[in-house]
Parts: sequence; C-alpha cells; structure tokens
Amino acid sequence: MSVATKTISAAPPSPSRLGILWGSAIGKKFLMALTGILLSLFVLGHLLGNLQLYFGKDSTGAWLINNYAKFLHNNVPLLWGTRLVMGVSVLVHAIAGIQLYLAKQSARPIPYHEKQSVNSTLPSRTMIWSGVLIGGFVVYHLLHLTVGSAHPDFVPLDVMHNVSTGLRGIAAVVYLISMVALGFHLRHGLYSLFSSLGAGNPAISKNVFNYAAVVATLIALANISFPLAVLAGLVRG
Amino acid sequence: MRLTLDIWRQKNGADAGRFETYSVEANEHQSFLEMLDVLNQDLIGQGKEPVAFDSDCREGICGMCGFLVNGVPHGPENNTTICQTHMRHFHDGQRLRLEPWRAAAFPVLRDLVVDRTAFDRIIQAGGYVSVRTGSAVDSNAMLVQKNAADRAMTAAACIGCGACVAACPNAAAALFTGAKITQLGLLPQGQPERIDRALNMVAQYGKEGFGHCTLIGECEAVCPAKIKLEVIARMNGDFVKAVFSKRAEESAGGAG
Repeated sequence: MSVATKTISAAPPSPSRLGILWGSAIGKKFLMALTGILLSLFVLGHLLGNLQLYFGKDSTGAWLINNYAKFLHNNVPLLWGTRLVMGVSVLVHAIAGIQLYLAKQSARPIPYHEKQSVNSTLPSRTMIWSGVLIGGFVVYHLLHLTVGSAHPDFVPLDVMHNVSTGLRGIAAVVYLISMVALGFHLRHGLYSLFSSLGAGNPAISKNVFNYAAVVATLIALANISFPLAVLAGLVRG
Repeated sequence: MRLTLDIWRQKNGADAGRFETYSVEANEHQSFLEMLDVLNQDLIGQGKEPVAFDSDCREGICGMCGFLVNGVPHGPENNTTICQTHMRHFHDGQRLRLEPWRAAAFPVLRDLVVDRTAFDRIIQAGGYVSVRTGSAVDSNAMLVQKNAADRAMTAAACIGCGACVAACPNAAAALFTGAKITQLGLLPQGQPERIDRALNMVAQYGKEGFGHCTLIGECEAVCPAKIKLEVIARMNGDFVKAVFSKRAEESAGGAG
C-alpha cells in the first residue's frame, strides 16, 4: 500500500506590520515622527541641562554644570539608556529620510523649466539639507565635547573648561550654523509630525504651525547663546 | 493686450519636446482658455498645428484643464482652475510660460495634455463604497453628524485635476488620495471598507510612482477645490491604523 504524499507549499510569509510601515512612505513618515519626538525631547532636555552653564558655582566652589556632568556619568543606566534610544532614533530617522529623498527623485524625472513656490516656508523645503547638516554636526559635537578628540584641550568631566576653551574660532561658527539648521528643522518638524501621526484637525493645526515657529526659534536662540556667551567672555572656566 | 507665450510643444510621449514662442492678441474679458482658442485659430489659419490642451466644462468643476503658467499650476490666481482665470489678471506685453504637469505618473501625451489615469487607478483601488441593492432605504435613516458631513463634503469637492501633484516638489498625490479617503471615511457608509480602502489606495499610490508628502503646503495653495491639508493627516492616520488593525486573511473569514 502506498501512501500518497502531497507537499503543501506554504504561502509566502506576509510582511510584518512593522515591515508594511517601513515599506510605505506614510509608514516611514510615521516612524520619522515618532523618532522625531524622541529626538526633540532630547534636544530640549540637553538644552535645559546646558543652561546650568549660566548658574555659576555651588557652595563648595564647583561649577554646577560640572556637577551635572558627574551626575549623568555616575548614572550609567540613564546615560547609556539615553544614548541607546538616541542612537536608534537617529538611525531610523535618518535612514527613512534619506530613502524617501532618494525615492522622490524618480517621481519627477523631467524637472520644470520654471516653478514658483506659492505657499511653503523655506525650512519646509530644505528639511533634507538641515537634517544632513545636523547629522554631521552631531558627529562633530560628540568628537568635540564628549570624546574630546576634536577638542584642542579636552579635560574629561570639566564641562566648564571644555566649553569655554572649545567654542571659539571656527568651532563657534560651526555651532552657530548648525543651531540655525536645528531651528529650521524643528520649525517644520514640530508642525508636520502631527500630520504624520494622523492628527490634522484644522482647528488646531494653524496654532500648531505658529507654536512650532516659536518653540523652534526659542530652542535655536538658547543654543546659539552658548557660543556667543563664550565669545563675549561671559562664560569662563 | 498683446501677450508673448512660451508654450511647451511635444508631439507625443516619445518626442523630447521644446518651448515655442507665440504672440497673441487677447482682451481682458476672455478666459485663459478662450485666449488659447484664439491663438489656435491663428495657428490653424497659418496651416500650423494648434496647441493641444485639455478642457471640458470650462466652469471650474470638471477637473479636465490644467497646466502651469509662469511656474504656478492653474496660473497666478490661487484656488482657481485655469479655465476660470480671466485675462484681466494679466497685462499688456506680459510674457507667459505654459508648461504641462510634470510627474512620472503623469506622462505628457501631447503639448499641455498629460495622462492622469493614475488617479483613476487609485480610485479603483478603494474609492468606492459597497451598498446593498434592493428596496430603497428610508431617507435620513442613517444619521450623519453635521460636522462630519461638512468635512466630508469639503473633501468631496476635489475635482481630480492633478494640480496638487504638479505643485508638489515631490510630485506627491497625497492631497488627492487624502481627499478621497477623507470623503468616504468620514461617512457611515464608508466605514466597512475603511481599512482596506486606506491600505489599497496607499499601495496603488506607491505603485503609480508618486512621491511622498512633506506637508509643505504648496498643493493646498493651488488647489482649485480648496482641499485642506487635514485630509493628508486623515489618510496617514487611517493607513497607520489599518496597518495595526488589519487581521490576517485566514482569520478574518471565520467558519461562517
């Protein structure tokens, strides 16, 4: 007696939900909005921490900003947890953004002979370039004030010294330009992320559009104040 | 008024195409397309090939017409079709450049005429509702919130002209697709197919080769139907919700 055998070929595995998201432009923008929120929160936290540069010394004569640095470095889960989340967020955000930028090149292979912008803001049209600039700046910033290899006179955990000696000359210019790029990127990102997440009630989107401009400008100006304060001699280590 | 027109001339999809310059006598009471009719009469009289451009109703409600005038879809009057743009908005001696919509998904057929069947295929993918046949349902049996009805009707104003794609630096069809998804998704009749609609229309959108949306808002400014950017947010939300709520095919049917 022979037994008939039949090979049941399995249907090709349908892509996972995350795979569908990553495979579509809307899904990529959704992930960019989520990582953008995380990155924006980090920018805000980073800025608030850095404002301690202006708070002087504690009762023992130690700079408050240096105490803050020691606190962060002694708190390994917080420090490395943040670094991990930020690293993954930057990768997802940047890879999705660059892939979308490259994909759109084929959407209009023959360019217009003449094309006017009627309504859009300059930051909204230059997101890819402000993003690339910020990405390059982050690498430089880490080598400059975290690793110290791009710093002329780096002393670990002496933030006051590193900042007051480091944010000069060409480095100050790099910081200034990069913080303008950050302001541009936040100006459109903080507004458009709501749409990417599916929230677009016209009653509030006009307000979101305006608040994004205010928040982005404040964050950029506060960050720009650091190199300016060093150049003006207001921050001395 | 005498105008100088630089018009894109292209015999067919295989032709590389080029701008050719014409001079035409227009008066301020003409519509833009009537001005082109006069030019074409001149060209026919000279034994030349007239300029091909799309038009149908010439009332701004059908969505057939459209090209760029000096780099702006449907010309300098925002939220107006080119057929409803009148020559009083131009002045004597002006030089105008007429260019067709440019997008991989909208190949040029001839001169200023492009093939917009990509939009039809997006509609076919999900721009419908299924209704039971049989005796007519009582009118007003299905209640619709006023607010939802207003927003659905506002989205339904889309005439599918393609100006949103033309205005977008990414050649995205997000405003168009979003309008169709919003129009049906806001009404009770559109609920049963809402998940599939979002997945299928967005998938077709991608297949047609349109770019992605970065919400810069150029489309909203030129849209003759005044479709709002909120429809794009609704499309995004419906799509993401659909991805997370879609059940596998085999478990969806059940035993009956």
